[in-house]
Amino acid sequence: MLHTLYGALTPYIFSPITVLLFLLAVTAYLVGWRRLAARGRPPSAWRSLSFFLGVLLCYLVMHTQFDYYSRYMFFVHRGQHLVLHHLGAFLIALANPLPVLAACAGDRHFPRLAAVLRPVRRVLFDPVVATVLFVGLIFFWLSPSIHFDAMLSLRLYELMNWSMLVDGVIFWLVILDPRDPDRAHTSRFGVRFLMLVAALFPQILLGAYITFADAGLYDVYAICGRAFAIDAATDQVLGGLLTWIPPAMMTIVGALVVLRLYLRYDSEKGG
Amino acid sequence: MVRYLSAALLVASLFWLAGCGSSGVSFNGKDITGLMPDLEFSLKGEGGETVTQARYQGEAVVLFFGYTHCPDFCPTTLTALAQALNKLSDQEREQIRVLFVSVDPERDTPELLAKYTAYFSPRVDGLTGDQETLRELTKRYRTTYSYGEPNESGAYLVNHGLAMYGFDRHGKVRLFMRNDQPVDQIAEDLRALVSIQ
Repeated sequence: MLHTLYGALTPYIFSPITVLLFLLAVTAYLVGWRRLAARGRPPSAWRSLSFFLGVLLCYLVMHTQFDYYSRYMFFVHRGQHLVLHHLGAFLIALANPLPVLAACAGDRHFPRLAAVLRPVRRVLFDPVVATVLFVGLIFFWLSPSIHFDAMLSLRLYELMNWSMLVDGVIFWLVILDPRDPDRAHTSRFGVRFLMLVAALFPQILLGAYITFADAGLYDVYAICGRAFAIDAATDQVLGGLLTWIPPAMMTIVGALVVLRLYLRYDSEKGG
Repeated sequence: MVRYLSAALLVASLFWLAGCGSSGVSFNGKDITGLMPDLEFSLKGEGGETVTQARYQGEAVVLFFGYTHCPDFCPTTLTALAQALNKLSDQEREQIRVLFVSVDPERDTPELLAKYTAYFSPRVDGLTGDQETLRELTKRYRTTYSYGEPNESGAYLVNHGLAMYGFDRHGKVRLFMRNDQPVDQIAEDLRALVSIQ
């Protein structure tokens, strides 16, 4: 039993950079959490739980035997990206981790760090840029010829997965930012709704296209061998459905959170 | 405006990163220079001896994974390779080696491999190894294999990758050919592979 678990948790291909980045994220969060707790205002338990659950999910799909199946089955790969770009990234962003990470940087270093990162933040957190990148990356990595290369090259494969995770977190940070847009100058709730709608339809179209296209759109899986016997058409249909339906559902969940935030601030101002 | 330009730059740099090296010759198959690691292995040869990439130093190599009981892809691919080799001049042919790596070591003994590869061409060498070695080697070339359920007589199918990997005479990875590449185009690619100095 333990042996099986150990086997399942062993990374298919050990990636030092992945281990390092995950350790860094968790350590930074823990240090920030302790500092905030010392000041008597730690993040709520459910937000911390959301952060660790999101990080854990992303780690599991990237750095265990799940990764083996992701490399050799198209639909498992789509499941992996569903976690990296949607579910895991969503949970991480829902945890509102930026104040905790800022606390980790400390009062002395944070202003300097924030100043250095401001131009990057201004670009990547812009609603239009965030939406275009969010949808653009899905289309980019699913272009058959680029997908083919990414599956053959270790370096590109890592770039693909990390770009999906980082981009997912940024997009959902813009959508789920719990601060009042009037005071924090973040994107307005109406803008966030539009972002979700703008991101939703291209994903539905792409998912439907993959589902109904002739089998063999992503033939790299046939050429490199599948992890278990399943015919190419089934693999592609399952992958298409995973690109289509769960991301659409995540959009609805995102919209509900935005709606809740809107109602909260609206009632505060109204009352 | 600046922020949209920066975003465009970011996407453009992704495209740049996604590109790979080039071998300087043109292939019908895919040029995978720099995408995969160079030729390196330690397997069991047709005489049961240990064979490494050192034996093929100075020869262009085409690597292919399969098994001798294969009913479809292996015999057709090896036949296509043998036909392509026959289209080359003697001098060109002498500089190419096809390595058929069996991922079914349970059934594919060195003797069986020797008999099997000789049927196609003297330029084909059969190799195999234990599961651990084969898992490492297939992982190295981003491919995998798995075994089907045995039937009542104990025969089973093996799911395996269908690609042919071409290495130049220095063992540098260059070429990726699909199993359905026409014979003429395989021959052209083999010629190009040999021409890389």
